[in-house]
Amino acid sequence: MTSSTETIHELANQKYKYGFVTDIETDSVPAGLSEDIIRLISAKKQEPEWLLEWRLKAYRHWRTMVEPRWPKVDYPSIDFDQIVYYSAPKQRPKLDSLDEVDPELLKTFEKLGIPLEEQKRLTGVAVDVVFDSVSVATSFKDKLGELGVIFCSMSEAVREHPELVRKYLGTVVPYTDNFYAALNSAVFSDGSFCYIPKGVRCPMELSTYFRINAAGTGQFERTLLVAEDSSYVSYLEGCTAPQRDENQLHAAVVELIALDNAQIKYSTVQNWYPGNEEGKGGIYNFVTKRGICAGVNSKISWTQVETGSAITWKYPSCVLKGDGSVGEFYSVALTNHFQQADTGTKMIHLGKNTSSTIVSKGISAGKGQNTYRGLVRIAKSATHARNYTQCDSMLIGDRCGAHTFPYIEVNNNSSQVEHEATTSKIGEDQLFYCRQRGLSEEDAVSLIVNGFCKEVFRELPMEFAVEAQKLLGISLEGSVG
Amino acid sequence: MLKVSHLQARVDGKMILNGLDLEVKAGEVHAIMGPNGSGKSTFANVLAGHEAFEVTGGTVEFDGKNLLEMEPEERAWAGIFLAFQYPVEIPGVGNTYFLRMALNSIRKARGQEELDSVAFMKVLREKVKLLKLRDDLLKRPLNEGFSGGEKKRNEILQMALLEPKLAILDETDSGLDIDALKIVADGVNTLRDGTRSVIVVTHYQRLLDYIVPDYTHVLYKGKIVKSGGKELALELEEKGYGWIQESHAA
Repeated sequence: MTSSTETIHELANQKYKYGFVTDIETDSVPAGLSEDIIRLISAKKQEPEWLLEWRLKAYRHWRTMVEPRWPKVDYPSIDFDQIVYYSAPKQRPKLDSLDEVDPELLKTFEKLGIPLEEQKRLTGVAVDVVFDSVSVATSFKDKLGELGVIFCSMSEAVREHPELVRKYLGTVVPYTDNFYAALNSAVFSDGSFCYIPKGVRCPMELSTYFRINAAGTGQFERTLLVAEDSSYVSYLEGCTAPQRDENQLHAAVVELIALDNAQIKYSTVQNWYPGNEEGKGGIYNFVTKRGICAGVNSKISWTQVETGSAITWKYPSCVLKGDGSVGEFYSVALTNHFQQADTGTKMIHLGKNTSSTIVSKGISAGKGQNTYRGLVRIAKSATHARNYTQCDSMLIGDRCGAHTFPYIEVNNNSSQVEHEATTSKIGEDQLFYCRQRGLSEEDAVSLIVNGFCKEVFRELPMEFAVEAQKLLGISLEGSVG
Repeated sequence: MLKVSHLQARVDGKMILNGLDLEVKAGEVHAIMGPNGSGKSTFANVLAGHEAFEVTGGTVEFDGKNLLEMEPEERAWAGIFLAFQYPVEIPGVGNTYFLRMALNSIRKARGQEELDSVAFMKVLREKVKLLKLRDDLLKRPLNEGFSGGEKKRNEILQMALLEPKLAILDETDSGLDIDALKIVADGVNTLRDGTRSVIVVTHYQRLLDYIVPDYTHVLYKGKIVKSGGKELALELEEKGYGWIQESHAA
């Protein structure tokens, strides 16, 4: 381990933080999208006929749709013919140990304070690294296997567990759902599949690190997570991406299904390349995430810390169908420099006695624009449904913006819906107070912002919370003064 | 230790300090009194480096260095502590966490080893005991929901922990009951070891019964117009500020 640790330290002293292009030979399809390209992707992945058909249906539907323009974000039109829709490392490296993992990848983890080996050794986290579009490392599989837990790449799931994938894929986010979900359904390259059998409490946090690598490659991840009756799982998703001049499109779909009394906790730290200080480059992050609490007393909890991407467009949602089911959304979204975020959630109450909690913390610095957009819908059938929403915005400096669009639709008069919102500015007096006690200005901003986000951070698993706090500090560099 | 010469400062374009002179030597306690609006708080904030106050003239030397060129945190590292008149609330930031961060920032800047949480808690507990404070103050977010008295006591705790060379108390006594006043005074008096200095900015003489100053100054219209020993404070208490104002109106 010594030699690679040294390499990590050398690399860590370089200026760039997470922007590097790893030099691994890749196997890509030509740019642009057509039925032939989809057939090619499907053939490369040796997929069954039903999946190809599903992709083609999605593609044909996507052709009839137009790019949504309702989010409060501003960017030039995307040329979908310039995008490479599939890219996989040509030679899948077989890894006997972490020494063989790309040191640059390790460096990124190191910089975040959670090196992969440390994670494995100390926390027993099973890590499925999605390197570009194909998984290159999966661990702890045997241990999970004993319990009947399936945690693998989507490609593998299609091969090994086609009946499960076919039963659930597209049931929460159908390909007709929206423009980017349709696109994803047509071209998704890989992603994660997770299945927790009845009565099993998954003993470790399942974690996937996504990376976008090959230049000009859009990444279309597809994640499907099924929790059977009375099961429990905590899933962590974390992302970093290399520096790039062109904007890169990322359009993922995540589907969660919780059956009777099942609980899913889904945590995300998103730190993709946000573009430079002039607003050039950066990832377009257009994601559809939705979970259904299909069974009685089931629970889905989303926690997200969004610090990266040039544009974020994301509404992790819960459909509360089962009676007594619970949906939660805890979010920190930070925009600095020219970043734009339009994010929030949807809580759709269908079942009786369903309840939902929304806690959103938006932080805007530089010329960042931060929008909370949330929908709470109480259906006629949702007797005694309850929602509590708290939506706080913090402004740093006077060139940024915070916006709030709460939508509330109530069709059952036995329900109870609460909404609280605040907007505050980091005060000169708060900063002065901290500096008078010896904190540097940057430490002071980081401290105040982390305090503001505390209610969300405490929902994160411990090691993820530590990473999230560091990310906030890094993302806020240069936001004052 | 501190040498202030002809200090002039303004806020929002309005001149507040008009040529203030003051010298504080190591180990001395100076009381600065004066009517409302005389510039007492401005003076305290200028010494600590608040950017809302613009220094337009004069010099301030601290331990031989030009204080006015230093950032607020550099002044803190050099040993200047301001007990705020209105301590700010920072929601979600634990008091203990903040105290440790402050102490370690200062230790680090001075080339001392940073304290781990065990070592820090030991030091903190001693100070809490010394000042007869309640433990629950430590468990809450910084100043959030603290009563006025709790905030002031928390300032004194920070002062005791950071052990400054020069402590500036900006109307720390305002709004305190007699018990809290004694705690504040105890905190300051334990700091008096013959090398540390204190500037007590106050409107009333009451605090000076417990923190006996070596010198008392009267600030009026941004200048020190009268200086004396501790008996000057008593004289002011008796006569009010009227006679000072009259003698300067003439």
